[in-house]
Amino acid sequence: MKTIVGLEIHVQLATATKLFCGCSTDYRDDEPNTHCCPVCLGLPGALPRMNRKAVEYGLRVAKALDMKVPEESEFARKNYFYPDLPKAYQITQYDKPLAVEGTVEIEDDEGHEKIVRITRVHLEEDPGRLVHVAGAAKYSLVDYNRSGIPLLEIVTEPDMRSPQEARRFLNKLRTILEYLGVFDGDREGSLRVDANISLEGSQRVEVKNISSYKGVEKALTFEVTRQKNLLRRGQKVTRETRHFMEGRGITTSARGKEEEHDYRYFPEPDLRPLRVAGWVAEIDLPELPVARKNRFTAQYGISLNHARTLTGDLKLADFYEEVAHVDPALAATWVADTLLGELNYRDMSIAAVPADRFMELLALLRADTITDKAGVQVLREMLDACAAGSPCEKPADIVKREGLGKAAGDEFSGIVEKVVAANPQAVEDYRAGKKGALNFIVGQVMKETRGRADPRELGRIVSECIDTSGV
Amino acid sequence: MAGSLDFTPDDRCNAFITTCREAPFSDGALAGVAVAVKDNISTAGIQTTCGSRILEGYIPPYDAHVVELLRKEGAAIVGKTNMDEFGMGTTTETSAFGPTRNPADPSRVPGGSSGGSAAAVAAGLVPMALGTDTGGSIRCPAAFCGIVGLKPTYGRVSRYGLIAYANSLEQIGPMARTVEDVSRLMSAIARYDPRDSTMLDKPYDHRPSADIAGLRVGVPEEYFGEGVDPRVAETVRNAIGVLEDLGATTVPVSIPGMRYALAAYYVICTSEASSNLARFDGVRYGPAVDTRKSWHEAYQDLRLELFGPEVRRRIMLGTFALSAGYAGRYYAKAQVARRNIRQDFERAFREVDIIAGPTMPTVAFRLGEKTDPLSMYLSDILTVPANLAGIPAISVPCGRVDGLPVGLQLMGREFEDERVVDAAYAYEQGVKA
Amino acid sequence: MVTESDIEHIAELADIGISKDEVPEFTTQFNAILDYFDVLDAVEGESAPAAGITNVFREDEPRPCLSQEEALANAGSTEDGFIKAPRVM
Repeated sequence: MKTIVGLEIHVQLATATKLFCGCSTDYRDDEPNTHCCPVCLGLPGALPRMNRKAVEYGLRVAKALDMKVPEESEFARKNYFYPDLPKAYQITQYDKPLAVEGTVEIEDDEGHEKIVRITRVHLEEDPGRLVHVAGAAKYSLVDYNRSGIPLLEIVTEPDMRSPQEARRFLNKLRTILEYLGVFDGDREGSLRVDANISLEGSQRVEVKNISSYKGVEKALTFEVTRQKNLLRRGQKVTRETRHFMEGRGITTSARGKEEEHDYRYFPEPDLRPLRVAGWVAEIDLPELPVARKNRFTAQYGISLNHARTLTGDLKLADFYEEVAHVDPALAATWVADTLLGELNYRDMSIAAVPADRFMELLALLRADTITDKAGVQVLREMLDACAAGSPCEKPADIVKREGLGKAAGDEFSGIVEKVVAANPQAVEDYRAGKKGALNFIVGQVMKETRGRADPRELGRIVSECIDTSGV
Repeated sequence: MAGSLDFTPDDRCNAFITTCREAPFSDGALAGVAVAVKDNISTAGIQTTCGSRILEGYIPPYDAHVVELLRKEGAAIVGKTNMDEFGMGTTTETSAFGPTRNPADPSRVPGGSSGGSAAAVAAGLVPMALGTDTGGSIRCPAAFCGIVGLKPTYGRVSRYGLIAYANSLEQIGPMARTVEDVSRLMSAIARYDPRDSTMLDKPYDHRPSADIAGLRVGVPEEYFGEGVDPRVAETVRNAIGVLEDLGATTVPVSIPGMRYALAAYYVICTSEASSNLARFDGVRYGPAVDTRKSWHEAYQDLRLELFGPEVRRRIMLGTFALSAGYAGRYYAKAQVARRNIRQDFERAFREVDIIAGPTMPTVAFRLGEKTDPLSMYLSDILTVPANLAGIPAISVPCGRVDGLPVGLQLMGREFEDERVVDAAYAYEQGVKA
Repeated sequence: MVTESDIEHIAELADIGISKDEVPEFTTQFNAILDYFDVLDAVEGESAPAAGITNVFREDEPRPCLSQEEALANAGSTEDGFIKAPRVM
């Protein structure tokens, strides 16, 4: 049974001001109703004014997704009544969107490249935010700070075949948007998704209100299971809208009024049409993920896998390029393999990692001052401090404080002699030709030095020590 | 010479909803001139109701652009005038604050929807006032009360701060006893405002000239047809004769699209209104909604209680005209008809400079005379074409029938407001001489 | 022809209250008006793209907002800087 998924993605564009007024978009953590004016409060008589930057950002996305920009596009009113919608209509685009027919390339579930077609992108305004107050008296509280934030709605064709593909598509799209500089993925609620999902031959279900791209896979996986179970029991899937409950990881039916909307679209008489197709040729796109990946393999000589990982996130790629001059290959391994794993474990963003300190760590590794193992330990100390909001200590100071410097010289040979002397049976086995015995002794020395010794070098020294010690 | 004006009018016509006892003013071209403002134009700190209970007590936190300009020119804003609720009427009887009476005959309506502004001027309470014109709402009361009123070209005066009824049709415009004062007020308010995206930067800086020698005046047969009181038609024909005496030549023209004008107008204005008036939900402003009820119940109850029947009727008409399955038949067709009418005017204006006809098909109705909505709508037939076409149109008094004022309507090409003002001025001065 | 139940449906769609005794009157008036609108059936021509000015923009430069006090001044009821509205759930 084939799974068919199409997505509608609402992206908050990273403009400085709202779509139709000069109120600042930097509203998070601010008091409610402090980023408002007559326009975004829908006060009688106020008129919208189009933000040029929002149109430019929309066109940048259109160009990056290889879309067609029609000669003329137009804004329309979508009429519905809800207290978070201050004018009782949303200014959006309906039959004349900003751009149509684009593509995004992703990997399918077998690892092959495939195309997801983009139907259209259009600009619209975000409504305000509603807080539901429960208790004896139920009511709503409204904050209009978000009202009028520019959204780019991106609609795909039903080209994805699994929840995992949908997640990969969104990751790819998010990366492109970040590369284009039109979107700040770190802002809460900056990317919201409605997903259409059906099993081949069954009715389609729309899942609304998925407020994170990680939630999309969860919501869709839940839907696949739910719909398959219905069919298994001989029941039918009803065509309906469902809400995703992020906390519980389930979807619930949204019956009632919402089902039978008649939005009565008509052209917005307070705005003039756009004729911006001619702007597209003048847009200089920044280097996009695929180009950067290719450049990374060529310029830094790193593996395709490393390059793909590193360019999969704009900030990660920037971070890599910043720290790469220490040693591109060493940096690739340490950023893509070690650092990324440690960040995921801590649910930390790359933005929290000080590049200068990380470069110092790479320098210590490169100079062989510490072993890989000790390096991981130093990195963990650094990240824990960053996560706690404390200043990040210099790696060299951590090495000193924790005594993690690579063991060498007298200290080193002293420990080897001690371990050799304490393990006569292993020494004898080694001399009898059992290679494993050497590893055992090396392991014992490592334990004594708390990882500060380089295992390969250690093997050489241990064998020398045994060879030169008394028969 | 800044100061404040003591304004305590004898408002026996109920022209005002709100008056400002002490109206401050400053220096400028209109220094100390008392100006009344229609109550659908936002005034910071002064209640603005649109003639509706649903906005009772609403104090805008900002001035409309035209009000900013009036203050800048030194005018004293002395009060907010009565109007049909949200501009929806031709008589000022649908106001929630009681009807306005016509100073020319208190048993008659002043016309609408800017009836309060017209009555305030006609009664001599103020020398000039602002009205708004969506389908004749400046020209109709100007004609009925015997004053001058100009509906400017669409896009000539900023709509910022005008509480929308039908955005694509309406304009704020000047009303006064003389063409000269209308022109003075127009000079103050027709200034570019980037906040209105539908506006062009074409300021009005004009002193009226009575020289109309060689002016070609088009006389459309459709303006003198069925439904037009023959005595009104004759009075207006005589007025056009005065223009000829002053050196103008008349040319018969035709606006065939007129037959669709009224239906197209009512479809468009009610459609836009159904959307514009949905925001009055008692949440952010206006009398408070009952938050103990559920949203849709509270919203419906509030609108039933605080909107008058004509407003609810038009909201429902517009909702229907835009609804799935009907939008193609009503809204889309009305847009085509609108474009056709605009083209009819463009064609006519290749032959003539001005088009002349009656402003209203009849003289002012008696209070309570028009009870049926459709017959009320039909009386707008001669004024709505200018709104559909976006062209300037002025009404200037041109005589009386049964002792009641009749208005001569003069329409011009887009952004040739100066020319219609000149033609009206020439007529006014010619009659006076 | 619209019926009384059509009128009730339109009132529901418009989310506007209508009292029972208004329904017959509104129905009669609607029918008269809609009969008059039938003239539009005879209108010929296709809808064309909007004429006139295009591309009216403002620059992306922040302007001062209203204070919270100003934003809430006309609201019927407020709570902790929020505006209170009827429940929607």
